[in-house]
Amino acid sequence: MSLNSGWTGNPLLKKRFVVLALCATGFFLLLVLRLWYLQIIRADHYRNLAERNRTRYIPIVAPRGGIYDRNGQLLADNRPAFDISVLRQEVDDPEALLNRLSVLLELDVEVLKERWQAGLRGPRFRPVPLARDVERPVLERVMENTVDLPGVLAEVRPVRSFPLGPLAPHLIGYLGEVTEEELRSQSFAHYQPGDFIGKSGLERGLESWLAGQDGERRVEVDVLGKTLRILRTQEPVSGHRVYLTLRADVQEAAQQAFGDRAGAAVVMDVRTGEILAMVSKPDFDPAQFARGLTSKEWQALQNDSRHPLQNKSLRGQYPPGSVFKIVTALAALKAGVATAHTRVYCTGASKLGNHTFRCWKWEGHGVTDLKKALKESCDVWFYEVAQQLGIERLAATAREFGLGEELGFLLGGERKGLIPDRQWKRARFNAPWYHGETVIAAIGQGYVLTTPLQLASMMAAVANGGTVYRPQIVRRIENVEGRVVRSFQPQILQRHPVAPAHLKAVHEALWAVVNEPGGTAWQQRLPDLPYAGKTGTAQVARMGAVRRRESEIPYHLRDHALFTAFAPVGNPEIAVAVVVEHGSHGSSAAAPIARAIIARYFKLEQDRMPTPRTALPAPATAAGPPDGTDEVPGAEPPAAAEAAAPFTSTSE
Amino acid sequence: MFDRRLLTHFDWALLLVVLVIAALGVLNLVGVTASWSSSALPYYLKQIAWLGVGLIIVLIICSVDYRRLEHMAFPLYGITLLLLVLVLAVGHTSMGATRWLNLGFIKLQPSELAKVVIIITMACYFTRHDQPLPFSLRELAIPALLLALPTALIMKQPDLGTAMIVLAIGGTMALFAGIGTRTLLFLAATGLAGAGGGWFLLHDYQKQRILTFLNPEGDPLGAGYHIIQSKIAVGSGGFFGKGFMKGSQSQLSFLPERHTDFAFSVFAEEWGFWGCLVLLALFLLIVLWGLRSGRHAADRFGTFLAVGVTAMLFWHIVINLGMVIGLLPVVGVPLPLFSYGGTSMITTMIGVGMLLNVSMRRFKF
Repeated sequence: MSLNSGWTGNPLLKKRFVVLALCATGFFLLLVLRLWYLQIIRADHYRNLAERNRTRYIPIVAPRGGIYDRNGQLLADNRPAFDISVLRQEVDDPEALLNRLSVLLELDVEVLKERWQAGLRGPRFRPVPLARDVERPVLERVMENTVDLPGVLAEVRPVRSFPLGPLAPHLIGYLGEVTEEELRSQSFAHYQPGDFIGKSGLERGLESWLAGQDGERRVEVDVLGKTLRILRTQEPVSGHRVYLTLRADVQEAAQQAFGDRAGAAVVMDVRTGEILAMVSKPDFDPAQFARGLTSKEWQALQNDSRHPLQNKSLRGQYPPGSVFKIVTALAALKAGVATAHTRVYCTGASKLGNHTFRCWKWEGHGVTDLKKALKESCDVWFYEVAQQLGIERLAATAREFGLGEELGFLLGGERKGLIPDRQWKRARFNAPWYHGETVIAAIGQGYVLTTPLQLASMMAAVANGGTVYRPQIVRRIENVEGRVVRSFQPQILQRHPVAPAHLKAVHEALWAVVNEPGGTAWQQRLPDLPYAGKTGTAQVARMGAVRRRESEIPYHLRDHALFTAFAPVGNPEIAVAVVVEHGSHGSSAAAPIARAIIARYFKLEQDRMPTPRTALPAPATAAGPPDGTDEVPGAEPPAAAEAAAPFTSTSE
Repeated sequence: MFDRRLLTHFDWALLLVVLVIAALGVLNLVGVTASWSSSALPYYLKQIAWLGVGLIIVLIICSVDYRRLEHMAFPLYGITLLLLVLVLAVGHTSMGATRWLNLGFIKLQPSELAKVVIIITMACYFTRHDQPLPFSLRELAIPALLLALPTALIMKQPDLGTAMIVLAIGGTMALFAGIGTRTLLFLAATGLAGAGGGWFLLHDYQKQRILTFLNPEGDPLGAGYHIIQSKIAVGSGGFFGKGFMKGSQSQLSFLPERHTDFAFSVFAEEWGFWGCLVLLALFLLIVLWGLRSGRHAADRFGTFLAVGVTAMLFWHIVINLGMVIGLLPVVGVPLPLFSYGGTSMITTMIGVGMLLNVSMRRFKF
């Protein structure tokens, strides 16, 4: 039936069909070759890509280790914070999304845009955080609308919480996002952009202990980033628990006692160097940092002239004022230039060459011995003694008590203070040392500078008879299971035993400061507990000869008020140093804080409450108003600064 | 009037291959859409329905002698041009392109019709202009115009994929009709120059697709996403494939349009290289079988018709696969019989019907 052979028999046609068939087959071969390349030669490569495509690693931030006080009270804990973030790759119209979120989050759309832009600079697949630590109702509102909000997700992250409120914020410190600079350094090699790290205080110093190990979740996701299945979870290991030497109640009492005044206080165990409280005022609320500060809030903290971010216990350098007389007294006793019975007649001024150095008390103290000199803070006694002592021996004793040097505080950041001597002055000013400068140094003025930590440590050494301990803040570090991985022992920095007779004389004098009528801190005595102390007033600006009322002096020119103490007298346990910036008088501004601290410290440990060694003198009935305390109305001189006087007639 | 011989000469083999491919397509679709939650009719059932419609169309086409088409060629051509103009004027716009005429009960896509009509028109023209010598440039002017009109209208929609297919069909048929070497070289040169000039006529999204094809990694989440994800799917299939419904790329919806244009990447991922070989062999079989129908056609019109239809199927296959495996830029061309979609299925089945028609009437005057 080959009826149509005439048409199909055409050889030209046959040739063309062959060409077409060959061409078609050729194209198919090309496709096969390509498939061979993709599926056989490059198969492993693409398998790898496919694997990565469907699995995503979601980091699980490890909770930071808790920070506890010495009795196991939790000071810094973790709580879950919910962040609203957006997956960049799923947002088609950021403008519209941000506008919607602005309504739901009750945040200004410009703020959101700013954060969005900032997030765009980060890693591609990292969700951009738009609102950190949102309130519960906001979270719920966003989550209800999640269907219309592509790419929006809530991430949970542990943040710091402070069960007892803002206790010792400078010491504990705060967290912040790791900076690019830090990421480049070796110590942050395993950190990722966006991680939070300790930025100050213990959080920074103990970062490697507190941080823990982040876990991660390997999840299978679809193209929308929706988690379909969890493939593997590596649980995070939470950070170590850090037990401090701090006592939360004492810390709290100290902070409360400060009120809104500026300054610092340190409480130290005289037997170990353990720090029981460390206050710096004004302070900040670390919970605010955990929530995330706005740049405005941060600016406000940074620009505050009273430096709320600075830990003044370590970094504040103050002239110790009359507090330093303790050192001068011990130096004089040691050198033999004075005894407890050395008497000086105070007329209210002392002449050295053609300079007159005034006592703070214009009318003078009359016959004054060591005890009276400390008790009533007579300047003249020390002027006279200092002239025989000389600066070198005074400076040597000061250093033996740990002044003028760093004490090796665990977290660093200490200032050295300054104990001047001839060599120092030569190096610093290329000038000889003058006698007058020794006299001024003897009452803690002039070049002498100390930190509150040094003052506490000095007072501890005075209390324990000459042992300077390294200030200790951490007692032990435990892992999550509660096993102690590191414990800290008291560490003696130096030991220069004070002769028992000298110690006794000074202790008695310091006891008298608080417990005898006429003592500068007599108003601040604790009836149940004899403690020893010394007031001090550090001149900030020279007032000239004219005395002015305290209220007439601008705040920033008012004198600093100091008070150091140890308690109890017979068997010292704690030393306290308090500095109130521009507080004017050690007796009225600083001593009450120390008293509050001591009261709280011993109240809690009633069973160990020591019995008074000495019967208390009868209350104020016998004696007139103690000089130098402005608590008594009409007391003269009004508003006198203890140390302001020496300069009034000095011509340099 | 129904000739029993038609049944005995019916090309069962071709229909069988067509059905096998369509069956594989449905199977693939079952896997792809298994996880899709939808209250509507599942995609694979819809596809089976479309296949049924297609088979009815095949039956209708086969019952009418293809030679009648020769006389209908130019009226059909005219109607098609009219419809294409109408689309541009009042067409239904979706996703930035105007491709559909809403007829109320059905949405007609005239560009699909154009594919079939251009085959008939060109076959008619070359049947009537039979000459022993290859066509010269001047003699090609009329078929070139016939081809250019619908192509330009389709380009305007814009639908680059379909325009390319129509052009490729016409070109293949002209080549088959015979073009001199010098003419061919000239055409190739002007074609290249035209492509260069045409670049400026392209829409931004079309330019983007070509640029992306040249460097898909340049924009992995944007325009390059399709190509990269598809290559990952195909490549990760390896020799044996990941197994039915076990393709991570497709099951986890990393692949876009995986039930339509990118259906083959799902298949390649799950069945691997050997599966692809089988499917390609089946497609090649259809192409060669189509050529064979042309080779044995009863007359010149039948031959050209068969060559045209085969060209249509062939270019669909090559362009789609080339796109899926990263040899060609992404253009919206479905894989015949395999991709989900009623339009593609019906156009393909019309072609298959014409092939079977030519084949079963190869002995008849």
